Amino acid sequence: MSPTHELSHLRNLESEAIHIMREVAAQLERPVLLFSGGKDSIVLLRLAEKAFRPARFPFPLMHVDTGHNFPEVIEYRDRRIEELGERLIVASVQESIDKGRVVEEKGPRASRNRLQTITLLDALEEHGFDAAIGGARRDEEKARAKERVFSFRDDFGQWDPKAQRPELWSLYNGRIRKGEGVRVFPLSNWTELDVWQYIDEEQLEVPSIYFAHRREVFKRDGMLLAVSPYVELMDGEEPFEASVRYRTVGDMSCTGGVESGAASLHDVVAEIAATRITERGETRADDRVTEAAMEDRKKEGYF
Amino acid sequence: MPGAATNGHPKGISGGDGIPQAGQLRLAIVGSVDDGKSTLIGRLLFDSKQIFQDQLEHVEETSRRRGDGYVNLALLTDGLRAEREQGITIDVAYRYFATPRRRFVIADTPGHIQYTRNMVTGASTADVAVILIDARKGVVEQTRRHAYIASLVGVRHLVACVNKMDLVDYDEAAFDSVAADFRDLAAKLEIPDITLIPVSALNGDNIVDRSEKMPWYEGPPVLYHLEHVHVASDRNLHDVRFPVQYVIRPMSDEHHDYRGYAGQVASGVLHKGDEVVVLPAGLRTRVKTLDSFDGELPEAFPPQSVTVLLEDDVDVSRGDMLVGASDQPQTARRLEATVCWMTDQPLTARGRYIVRHTTREVRAIVEEISHRTDVHTLEPVPGANTLELNDIGAVTLRLSAPLVVDDYRRNRQTGSFILVDEATNATVGAGMITAAAD
Repeated sequence: MSPTHELSHLRNLESEAIHIMREVAAQLERPVLLFSGGKDSIVLLRLAEKAFRPARFPFPLMHVDTGHNFPEVIEYRDRRIEELGERLIVASVQESIDKGRVVEEKGPRASRNRLQTITLLDALEEHGFDAAIGGARRDEEKARAKERVFSFRDDFGQWDPKAQRPELWSLYNGRIRKGEGVRVFPLSNWTELDVWQYIDEEQLEVPSIYFAHRREVFKRDGMLLAVSPYVELMDGEEPFEASVRYRTVGDMSCTGGVESGAASLHDVVAEIAATRITERGETRADDRVTEAAMEDRKKEGYF
Repeated sequence: MPGAATNGHPKGISGGDGIPQAGQLRLAIVGSVDDGKSTLIGRLLFDSKQIFQDQLEHVEETSRRRGDGYVNLALLTDGLRAEREQGITIDVAYRYFATPRRRFVIADTPGHIQYTRNMVTGASTADVAVILIDARKGVVEQTRRHAYIASLVGVRHLVACVNKMDLVDYDEAAFDSVAADFRDLAAKLEIPDITLIPVSALNGDNIVDRSEKMPWYEGPPVLYHLEHVHVASDRNLHDVRFPVQYVIRPMSDEHHDYRGYAGQVASGVLHKGDEVVVLPAGLRTRVKTLDSFDGELPEAFPPQSVTVLLEDDVDVSRGDMLVGASDQPQTARRLEATVCWMTDQPLTARGRYIVRHTTREVRAIVEEISHRTDVHTLEPVPGANTLELNDIGAVTLRLSAPLVVDDYRRNRQTGSFILVDEATNATVGAGMITAAAD
């Protein structure tokens, strides 16, 4: 019991995120929650349980599947959905390629990361979703720091950073016209450390690749990329085995591991608390392309 | 675990050593273009070791490329390409940092055009406002405006950082003169808690560590003050206000009769068994259960998100409010409010808007604009026909259906609203209720 009626900062963040989830459900007609099997969306699922149980979620879940995911993550995704008894829609980048909606990049640096945007926008339109709940956080990246909790998108799915709706108190304006949509970010105010502390406190299961394991990797641009059928090695890149773990979960083609011995949630929390490098700087090739990489992709409709 | 509160959650925070576990403080940092605001924020992040190595390398490289001649910490907070190119800040940005004592959320609001709109937005959730003053210029018009807006949106703690002390030779008399002017201003604005700190954000004097160049200053540096300022009692724990946000009805065999009213406690402390009134209908009933995913709770307090089950089968839906039987708010069809206008198309008398208040939406007509506040002199200007972008004024609204409200001074949650344009769906105004009538 707390005679002072104060919440710890994690419970503050939790309560705010639950409030946001319920606002989406109340204000929008057809929301969907994006679930990738990554740590942030794992937290979103727990928050959805907290917001809506004992009822079922008032929205389905959707994964934009590039086909280049870590198998451990897909296995985890399916198991978690089964446990929750909720509905999962899989939007496939491979299908977008097969239909000619997007063209696969070629060469050793090819990635399906950018193609995801089209698959996502197509799937939102096909199912008539007017709100997509995602796990993006403002601490991830400088362009994200300027994003609203309810982020308005025009009927091309585009973000206009200069014309955002002011967001005051805890009043969220989810009013849209037909064809427009909102992206909703309940974890806006969370940091990477908050996410891990919360996972630890809630004792949530996460895919095994978040913990240290031995894996065949090779070095590119200072990152340790996994050897996989989805990446061609370039001259001079020699595979070797190392103990790594992942800080973010993206495609095998552009997500780097970090050398780590962190074998438990407790170890991971301690490692993140001590780290001196951001998760995207350390592990995401897709954000290194230009200084404004994230801003450009967001304007196109990326999460 | 000093200060950690688990509040009904059986699981403690099990983080490793040195990991912050205390409460959260929300800050709005405000200043004019050249007051050194971005530098102060960069300095707070840098000196509290919250800047990551790759971010710092990036800033060092960009500073070199731009020919700044020093590591320009202001670059840490410029997020968008146009901002970096033009050296300005476009919109409110949020930053996070933590010390072992507290976790901080900073609303970083730009100091140029659209200033009022952005500052009102950033400060609407702030516990503390930090205002930057250039020691060479003293209290200027912008300072008055910043302090006025902070007081208007109900920020109770103001920290005035008298910056660029290095440019006035760290002179005590220079600081004292600015401090005296600022105290006069704050007294007029009825801000209860004022702190003045002489700093040099560029050199890090009195930001995280005490400055050796100003031995005459006996107070704490900025970070220490922010870690210790007492904000817990700012919350309203007296008036029970629970806006119903969402009705949970599982309709499964196992939970056949479950009908839970989900929401976030706006104010007051709600206990199992308490008598409550459902407004605006006025029905009385009792709290049967305070439910959560983690089990039943004996009580709920702000800002907890919980689910309330009631004793009687009364008709309750989103937009209703559960309130304490002895401390009822006003049910109003007419509101007087201070409105900050946020869009190019002006607010006019007879204008029609949507009012979003707590979890309820009603239509409203502007009956009267009784005055506009001159943000330069802070004096009311009667006879205004419109409120333009970034204007602040007193407005009377007539509502299409009743709202359950409190005075903003008493309750930030139930005293605030936004105005939405029915045609564009844009958020066009922010309102703080000053009076209400049937």
